[in-house]
Amino acid sequence: MPWNLDSDRPIFMQIVERMESDIVSGKYAPGEKIPSVRELAVEAAVNPNTMQKACAELERIGLVYSQRTNGRFVTEDRKLIDRTRKELAKSTAKEFLKKMKELGIDRDEAIELL
Amino acid sequence: MTMLLECKDLNHKYGKKTALEDISFCVESGKIIGIFGPNGCGKTTLIKKIVGLLQNENGSILIDGEPVGEKTKAMVSYSPDRPAFKGDRKVSDLLDFYELMYDDFDRVSAESAFAELGIKTDDHIGKMSKGTGEKVQIILVMSRKAKLYVLDEPFSGIDPVARETVIKIMLKNMSEDASLILSTHHIQETEQILDEAIFLKDGKLIFHKSVEELREESSHSLNEAYLEVFR
Repeated sequence: MPWNLDSDRPIFMQIVERMESDIVSGKYAPGEKIPSVRELAVEAAVNPNTMQKACAELERIGLVYSQRTNGRFVTEDRKLIDRTRKELAKSTAKEFLKKMKELGIDRDEAIELL
Repeated sequence: MTMLLECKDLNHKYGKKTALEDISFCVESGKIIGIFGPNGCGKTTLIKKIVGLLQNENGSILIDGEPVGEKTKAMVSYSPDRPAFKGDRKVSDLLDFYELMYDDFDRVSAESAFAELGIKTDDHIGKMSKGTGEKVQIILVMSRKAKLYVLDEPFSGIDPVARETVIKIMLKNMSEDASLILSTHHIQETEQILDEAIFLKDGKLIFHKSVEELREESSHSLNEAYLEVFR
């Protein structure tokens, strides 16, 4: 299945977010080799140059590292993975509260609902 | 990045009717470009000039620095907007034909793509559904190690699942550093695989942008930009 991406936001950021969540959730385990840029682009049905950029960004953040000829691997730095998990959780919670606010439900009411 | 395709001041007329007017644009190597526009806007005329099927009377087209001719035909893999193969031929006949015609044809890769999609080499082209026929054509075209792939309406009559398959064949088989130009009406289905988009209107080039920049700058999908221009 192609990844479910919005065409009105940069695809690059959406790929990074998706890969971050795949790493945090353990779909790609620490130290595991991730598929090549080409394979990922085919799987997601996105532009290979955009996928390449997204993988380079994940590398810059430190979530993946590359071994010259062997490809890219998920970091074994579990602290970094935990930190990323917390950041993703925080932004999801923020997004949730924002949506609640749009419905006219304040923070306390939202917490009660949860 | 090197320039793979340079089109400069292209004009074309069919009798008195202008089909292309002062078209200039460049395509870097390694890029996927979509050409869009209403029927009759000049997409097929432009493509036929790039692949050397229509005489170029004025303006110039360079592919990898070479003017369109025998040399560029060897670097360009083209799929026309209608079935290229008809009649009582088998898939294996087409494989033989491609192998004979094109030095850069990778038969093993084509055969494995056919096998993956359950297309047998002794299947007859004439007995296939339209969608399967298009898959066969795209697999053959994409199995050449070309520098430039030019696909005119690669999914005109096929269902969403087959379309998805064709898109994947394109991404999977495109050789590295090659560029791909496709013309289609299916903007929403293709915009996520594009680097750049070109809009043609009444034979003129009215839009040429990076799709990702468009999303970044205006929060617009390519489909929205298209509707804004043509509605």
